[in-house]
Amino acid sequence: MIIQNTLVDIAYLIGAISFVWGLRLLGSPDTARKGNSYAAFGMGLGILAVLLDPRILGGGNYLWIGGGMIVGSLIGWLTAKKIQMTAMPQMVSIFNGLGGACAAILSMVELMTQDLDKGGLVISLFALLIGAIAFTGSLLAYLKLDGKVWDSQVTWPKHNIINQVLLLLTIAFFIYLVAVGHTTGLLIGFLVLSLFYGWSFVAPIGGADMPVVISLLNSFTGISAAAAGLIYGSNFMLVGGILVGASGTILTVLMCQAMNRSLFNVLIGGFSAAGGAAATDGGQVAKSTTAIDSAILLNYSSSVMFVPGYGLAVAQAQKALKELDDLLESNGVEVKYAIHPVAGRMPGHMNVLLAEADVPYPKLLDLDDANAALPSTDVVVIVGANDVVNPAANDDPSSSIYGMPVLNVWEAKHVIVMKRSMSPGYAGIQNQLFFHEKTKMFFGDAKDSIQKLTSEVKNL
Amino acid sequence: MESFMQFISDNLLMIYLLIFTVILGFEVISKVPTVLHTPLMSGANAISGVIIIGAIILIRRSASDDLFSLILGSVAITLGMINVVGGFAVTDRMLEMFKKKKK
Repeated sequence: MIIQNTLVDIAYLIGAISFVWGLRLLGSPDTARKGNSYAAFGMGLGILAVLLDPRILGGGNYLWIGGGMIVGSLIGWLTAKKIQMTAMPQMVSIFNGLGGACAAILSMVELMTQDLDKGGLVISLFALLIGAIAFTGSLLAYLKLDGKVWDSQVTWPKHNIINQVLLLLTIAFFIYLVAVGHTTGLLIGFLVLSLFYGWSFVAPIGGADMPVVISLLNSFTGISAAAAGLIYGSNFMLVGGILVGASGTILTVLMCQAMNRSLFNVLIGGFSAAGGAAATDGGQVAKSTTAIDSAILLNYSSSVMFVPGYGLAVAQAQKALKELDDLLESNGVEVKYAIHPVAGRMPGHMNVLLAEADVPYPKLLDLDDANAALPSTDVVVIVGANDVVNPAANDDPSSSIYGMPVLNVWEAKHVIVMKRSMSPGYAGIQNQLFFHEKTKMFFGDAKDSIQKLTSEVKNL
Repeated sequence: MESFMQFISDNLLMIYLLIFTVILGFEVISKVPTVLHTPLMSGANAISGVIIIGAIILIRRSASDDLFSLILGSVAITLGMINVVGGFAVTDRMLEMFKKKKK
């Protein structure tokens, strides 16, 4: 028995090291896939260890465990295999939410069935709170990203104040439960409040802030798993959870920096509150263009830069864009892509989409490189991006996105904006770029427009 | 307060582990290129499914007639397993695309 204990402990140890090493390898393009396998291996080893650990006494109940594992694995595997690449942000969200739900359920059972000391109580309540917020928050993020729910449907008047009140209420409830004591009824009340807060806290956050909230919720799930690790005295869970918490926090901070806003500002401020002055178009007229004119412009230029945004994902236009790219390249046009850090709805969203369409990695320029290259670029084609190319961020202090680093596309010689209509972007701010003297609007669905362009270029 | 202090003394090693892992996590993950943000997030998300270990402990130590714990526990295992398997599989699919175009 002693030997078996040691073997189990060694398995946990190797599992935890695999997590660390796997995450490290995930940080470099060449080794990322191996890193993911290492982390998966570590998880498998950890699960095996907990199944065989002779120190856990009780009913065993392996049928209950096996049943849950098989059902969960099947669902997870099938969803992961069938999902469209364009649906990736909502997929990551929903998986994350399920992890949070798992943490909330465990701490609820723990609180209701175990006699906990003060430390255990605080940690269990904390895991319950964070897990529940991660669950409903991710669920709402999933519904929003999947287009099932719109911001206006879930945002109430004075929503930010409601959220602050809810947060204070939740903290007060937490303190009461620790200081005074808990009954089943009170615990259920706390669970409901936590779940409600998770929903309400994500409700007013939308658009360009989505990558921030998704990585934040990701770190929440990690933290709740780490807290659960403290409850069960599992170092393995602690290490795994904290690593996720740390990576989620780093991504959150990176996303905030990319928008030049503080996390507090993203969570509390919201785009919806401001943006008055910049919203007027002052009767200006945007110039529109046709497929044939744009095709000529593109084909006879020497360098073209595509600026993809969320619209590219919605229209699933990445493959069509790659086709146009190939065609232009074969006609001697140099084609690059400018990737803004918060383009799309999750960190690195555009990179994943373009990778799916086989766009080579060196063709993607980050914000700084793209801005350096833009003055010498002949034509910029904006595909479904809006706020990340808004000049108001540079020159209009009254705009709510003022100070956010953007792609200075107006420094190129010509700008073509592909857009469905003149409606303002997700942030609800009018974009002066559309009225810029260099800008021509190409209205229509992104995929349609790109395909029309491609066939016109072929006919030239 | 007394019991809280006691808790800290009892779990000192774990608190060390917690702090060092936070530092390690920040060190390992900072300076990841933009192109890998999504896979990193998705892979980390799968790792957060480590919560499933807790669910397995819960069920294993429960009495065989404690239906409350058993039912909630296996729901937790199912959800956790979706998170783990789905998360790693989706990450692998994404990274496969990155790999392909390198050649």
